[in-house]
Amino acid sequence: MTQTHADTMPKPRRNVELALLVLALTVSIGANALISIDDQNSFDTDFWFQSSLLAVAALVFHVVLRLRAKYADPVILPIVVALNGLGLAMIHRLDAPGDDTGNNQMRWTLIAMAVAIAVIWLLKDHRVLRRFTFISLAASALLLILPLVPGITAGEILGARVWIRLGPMTFQPGEVAKITLAIFFAGYLSSNRDLIMLAGRKIGPMQFPRFKDMGPMITAWLVSIGVLIFQRDLGSSILFFGLFIVMIYVATSRISWVVIGVSLILGGGFLASQVFSHVALRIDSWLNAFTEEVFGRSPGGSGQIVEGLFGMASGGLVGTGLGQGRPNLVPFANSDMIIASFGEELGLIGLFAIVMMYLLLFTRGFRAALGTRDAFGKLLACGLSFAVALQCFVVIGGVTRLIPLTGLTTPFLAAGGSSLLANWIIVGLLLMISHTARGPVDTTPMQPGRTPEAQKTATQTPAVTGGRSGKNSTQTLPDAPTEAVKQL
Amino acid sequence: MFALIFGAISYVQVVGADELKANAWNKRAILQNYCNDRGAILVDGAPIAESVEGSESCKFQRTYTQPELYAGITGYFSKNYGVTGLERAMDAQLAGSSDQLFLDRIGQLFLGNQPKGASVELTIDPEIQKLAYDLIPDGQRGSIVVTEPKTGNILAMVSKPSYDPNLIASQDAAKEQASYNEIIKVPGINLNPSVSGPTGALLAPGSVFKIVDTAAALRSGKYNADSQLPNPAEMSFPGIQYRLPNYAGGNCYTRTTADFAFALQQSCNTPFASIAEKLGEEAIADQAARFGWGQELGDQLKLDYAVSTFPRDLDAAGLAQSAIGQRDVRATPLQVALMTSAVANGGVQMTPNLIKAVRSPDLRVIDEPKPVPLRTSTTPEIASQITEWMTSVVSQGIGAGAAVPGVEVAGKTGTAELGTEGLNNSWFTGFAPANDPQVSVTVVMQGVDITTGAQLTSPNAKKIFEAVLNK
Repeated sequence: MTQTHADTMPKPRRNVELALLVLALTVSIGANALISIDDQNSFDTDFWFQSSLLAVAALVFHVVLRLRAKYADPVILPIVVALNGLGLAMIHRLDAPGDDTGNNQMRWTLIAMAVAIAVIWLLKDHRVLRRFTFISLAASALLLILPLVPGITAGEILGARVWIRLGPMTFQPGEVAKITLAIFFAGYLSSNRDLIMLAGRKIGPMQFPRFKDMGPMITAWLVSIGVLIFQRDLGSSILFFGLFIVMIYVATSRISWVVIGVSLILGGGFLASQVFSHVALRIDSWLNAFTEEVFGRSPGGSGQIVEGLFGMASGGLVGTGLGQGRPNLVPFANSDMIIASFGEELGLIGLFAIVMMYLLLFTRGFRAALGTRDAFGKLLACGLSFAVALQCFVVIGGVTRLIPLTGLTTPFLAAGGSSLLANWIIVGLLLMISHTARGPVDTTPMQPGRTPEAQKTATQTPAVTGGRSGKNSTQTLPDAPTEAVKQL
Repeated sequence: MFALIFGAISYVQVVGADELKANAWNKRAILQNYCNDRGAILVDGAPIAESVEGSESCKFQRTYTQPELYAGITGYFSKNYGVTGLERAMDAQLAGSSDQLFLDRIGQLFLGNQPKGASVELTIDPEIQKLAYDLIPDGQRGSIVVTEPKTGNILAMVSKPSYDPNLIASQDAAKEQASYNEIIKVPGINLNPSVSGPTGALLAPGSVFKIVDTAAALRSGKYNADSQLPNPAEMSFPGIQYRLPNYAGGNCYTRTTADFAFALQQSCNTPFASIAEKLGEEAIADQAARFGWGQELGDQLKLDYAVSTFPRDLDAAGLAQSAIGQRDVRATPLQVALMTSAVANGGVQMTPNLIKAVRSPDLRVIDEPKPVPLRTSTTPEIASQITEWMTSVVSQGIGAGAAVPGVEVAGKTGTAELGTEGLNNSWFTGFAPANDPQVSVTVVMQGVDITTGAQLTSPNAKKIFEAVLNK
């Protein structure tokens, strides 16, 4: 395939990462310091302890990358550390005396980073995951059903049944399910994309798939509708379905899938808004947020979103400054509405910077997808980075009243352990995919170590997953999906 | 997708930010300014709302010196329940954030002084305000509005029941909440939105609405000063049982036809119902609009107000009832006062005005509203004709209680029946002196029987006329 020349050898760029990481830590710890100044006991041991923990964890992660994935994208880790650090600072700042959310978030950050390191260390190559295509499907289903199982479920919290109880903690398995679902979609579509793509009849400019190839589409639709009905979680429902639509579009570059998918979700959403009061309330409090009746309604009123808008408005262009605003007036200021808290204290400029970081993260994920040579990796990287981006869109769009507010967390920023854990795992996977994407292509003597192993794995995979279609489609995808990626 | 997010953020934080900041539910502004030295609201030089030195945590505390008397005008300045009344309408001036105070702000910035707001002086006459307030018995729901017809200035505007805004401007959130919940239980007090009786209560105007009919009749050209109107004891309508009777208490029954003077003096119903029948709904509604029904009240009132209504698409009986201010006709006491003032001022309605002057902290006058005509309600000829007849209502008719010795008083009474048996909204509206109107007085007492209503309206108006004219 590709020829490798000594002068075009890929560069690891780990030093760039280290420099950016120092910058990210400066931002995070600086934010924490600003907040600490406003505090009664500024620069106490807590501050130094937290700051050094974050710094050490980030540097350990960096060292692991040097050892295990030295061609990984150098921008991803610093961005995520900066976002996570800003989130920590803001959550810490929003803690009322006696609250422990900040420390809890710190603990979860460390756990999540440790898990992400473990993923990189143990998995070695993302293509291994392809073997688990259908296991992932089963795992997703299990994770989604868990919150409904008596004994494990944490019951209905704030109107949604998405939590389970793990000892003293609660956990949202749905957050992890988005990863397993992405693995399933990637595995399934990389095996069956030709079939899905080529069969079917053409109506007008669009080629529609055969009905029997609609199976996975229907499954995904049922999953998201099921989540909506049984867990009352509109946000995750949109996320799962959006994830699937994008992945199938990327795999086939057939616009018809998007059309079918969007009409299905609109139809489902419309039905849901007619049948389920909580969906109807969400939409009502979006459209009529500023009517008196809706504002004061509890539950399901628009008080939360309107307070968030007030907060952001008072921030204006430059913000009130960290620790100077009143984000506490907004309900859920440290979780669902943390974007409004940032908007208030950092202003338009600060919030733009944060969104920019997400945008960069998203493009870096897609760049990994473009660069990697296996279809599974392409689809997985697309799916995962899109999941993060879509989650941002749904949350920030909801907070700014662009779309109805749904209960999704802002990746890396918002308080919540499950979300942190899941997103750090995504980061681990993206780093690994980018490592193969940017790394040297063939097994030259200069690159001993993992690559032959990976090749071996890759040749093994069809035997495991390709059995159903009988096709070996692990080869590089034609240009079509790449075009689709470019269009996104 | 990201472009949409950037757009939405820009909209919320920059483009739409001012609107959001001005929203009444937005507590951030008040929390920001809560402890600043806010300007005073003054009446005849004395503060009715001022910021006094507060505690360590909050340097200034808003207090109301005559809380119940002025609650309907000042509104309240609360951390938890927002800002209402003049406190809200004049917030930019009182807080010192108005553009007119820009130089003062720069000065404060460099000198490091505490921000200080402008003071707002009202047109209210404290003696008349107090007198009017005391004329409404405790426990009685009612409103009194006293204005200068020639300028639109409001001299007094009171209503009962009232409340103490200090209780809702407290530092103690729990106490504040308890007080708030206590106050909103009182019938007749509306805190959300906070409007008091004179500007907020929409009441059936009853016979005072006959001034509108009279103006419409004269304007149409189908009637003149000498017209004889049919005055049957009751009026019937095709197809329904309902009969519209004349007022039973007066002398209407003595004549089967009446001229305008008699019909107004005795407040007979059927002559005005017949006018409405002849002119049609459009003509009455149009004249009502010329007096301000369904219209805005200009931008000098600075208080929230309800817009008075005249119903449309009426059947014959409905039109006849509407012509005598019953059915679904509704007017605020202020609206009735504006109608009367327009008659007093040669047909020109002046914009109601509460603000005498706004002064910066160094007492420089930064705003001084001038009298502004709001609309032309009728011609000077018709206005003077109606004035003549209204004068006879007081000198010879059922408004005699309002007569002031040595002064020509013009007036009109009204008794709007409520659903409850025997209870009415009792009105008096009038002005004096008839030939050179200095003051207009509008009194309404809600839910009273006829005798009580008669005692509480015209005689009280007389006391106010005397107080203003003897000054």
